[in-house]
Amino acid sequence: MKQLVVISGKGGTGKTTMTASLASLAEGVAVVADCDVDAPDLHLILKPEIRETFDFLGLQTARIDPEKCTECGECEKACRFDAIHDFRVDPRSCEGCKVCTLVCPSEAITMVDSVSGHAYVSETRFGTMVHADLFPGEEASGKLVTMVRDLSFKVAEREKKDLILIDGSPGIGCPVIASITGTDIALVMTEPSISGAHDLERILGVAEHFGVEALVCVNKFDLNPEMTDRIETLCRKLGVGLAGNLPFDPGVVEAMISGKTLVEVEGPVGDAIRSVWDQIKKKL
Amino acid sequence: MIISVASGKGGTGKTLVTTNLAASIGDVELVDCDVEEPNSYLFFPDREEEVSFDCTVKIPVIDEDKCTRCGRCSEFCAYNALAVFPQNVLLFKELCHGCGGCALVCPEGAISEGARPIGKIFRARSGDVRLLWGELNVGEPMATPLIRSVKAEAKGNLILIDSPPGTACPVIEAVRGSDFCLLVTEPTPFGLYDLSIAVQVVREMEIPCGVVVNRSGIGDRGVYDYCEKENIPILLEIPMTRKIAELYSRGILFSREMTEWQERFAGLLGEVEEAIR
Repeated sequence: MKQLVVISGKGGTGKTTMTASLASLAEGVAVVADCDVDAPDLHLILKPEIRETFDFLGLQTARIDPEKCTECGECEKACRFDAIHDFRVDPRSCEGCKVCTLVCPSEAITMVDSVSGHAYVSETRFGTMVHADLFPGEEASGKLVTMVRDLSFKVAEREKKDLILIDGSPGIGCPVIASITGTDIALVMTEPSISGAHDLERILGVAEHFGVEALVCVNKFDLNPEMTDRIETLCRKLGVGLAGNLPFDPGVVEAMISGKTLVEVEGPVGDAIRSVWDQIKKKL
Repeated sequence: MIISVASGKGGTGKTLVTTNLAASIGDVELVDCDVEEPNSYLFFPDREEEVSFDCTVKIPVIDEDKCTRCGRCSEFCAYNALAVFPQNVLLFKELCHGCGGCALVCPEGAISEGARPIGKIFRARSGDVRLLWGELNVGEPMATPLIRSVKAEAKGNLILIDSPPGTACPVIEAVRGSDFCLLVTEPTPFGLYDLSIAVQVVREMEIPCGVVVNRSGIGDRGVYDYCEKENIPILLEIPMTRKIAELYSRGILFSREMTEWQERFAGLLGEVEEAIR
């Protein structure tokens, strides 16, 4: 079984649009996993029907019993995360380290489990999809990404699928690392701008750090052909493969509004994505 | 006054708004808290007086001579960052949150704390715009401690915070303590869905918010209908034009070339001030 992750560094470069189209091209052979758990959009195109729901337990949080609390302030002093003020815990800042329970002289603090989101196994028109939602403002999105990946692995084994197709999140931090570790190929989306080029270099560093082969795709390449050239030159210098580029096309937004992938509508981008898929298949 | 600029969905124009707003109003501190992919400083190529220093987090340092391998530290660690073997103790440093709990529970006093760099903090100046940003080291998972340290360096009377995308802990850390949050979106189904999550976050944090619609003219009416229903003011619309997109792609602030926008961004600040009052 192979795993392909679509990531980007910079946000808004077309990860989800690309993943949805690849899901359509890989119909019948892939399980799709939406690992952009704190801004998941893939469901807007794939329209999953939920079959199974799982609770996601995030980090524990501390709770102070006001009856037992003597307001000595030791917990506030010991907390490294600035999560305790006026003898109350801010659950959004608490990282569940339990240090406050150690220093409290009156045993007024306990740790409580909290459901921080849900993970789902669903049916779509292209096959099974695993996805999740993290309750707004929750922590441990990397842990939820790992849960989605574990579930998609089990589903792929059960359904005897050869590929897991993962939609990643922007950035280079914990949810991104949780999305790319152990995958076979990272398709890295970027755009021909100063920001896109800068962020691409950093995400390629992350892929290299975790030993994942990267393939780069420049979205809207014709908006700044000179910058596209610079990006391609950079990739060649770094020995990173090019998967082919996508042209700017206002039809992309129209397809999104009608809930369709770009290979389900006529247009130049759909053809470009088919050729990107051919490049990926060769690598897989 | 602290104004943060956030979005939910990535690539909607947070940095576009923050940088052009800062350049238009002047005498401001622009704090880039998107430490995974900081970009705002790229739009100020004339910046001077650039200085940088390491941002570190605390990690345990174990004195193997004093350690009796009792295992209390590893038992206590909520992040599975310590593993105790008969011969030694292993620290998985990327998993450590630096809470200091292991040093507290160690009965032998064998654990002290050292510092581990996770990124860099930069300062620079471009005219009367003071730039401050953090850059997370590649391969480092935890952005939140760096965001916290970057914010602690901000000292101006007027602070603009460029937040990371998403709606999870790095965003919370970035917008916490803001007087107002500008939510930048695009009028598409993806933009709308992620905006609605971002609105839940800032409302729960009791931070007043308003919307900037970027790339207006594309997409559908969803974002506008939503804002009307939720009673969220749309404070500025930036149209989808090739010129703005091209200037952005070349790293040029569009309000410097299309100067009528300086007034519009100054007006945006006025509307925010009005809303806070």
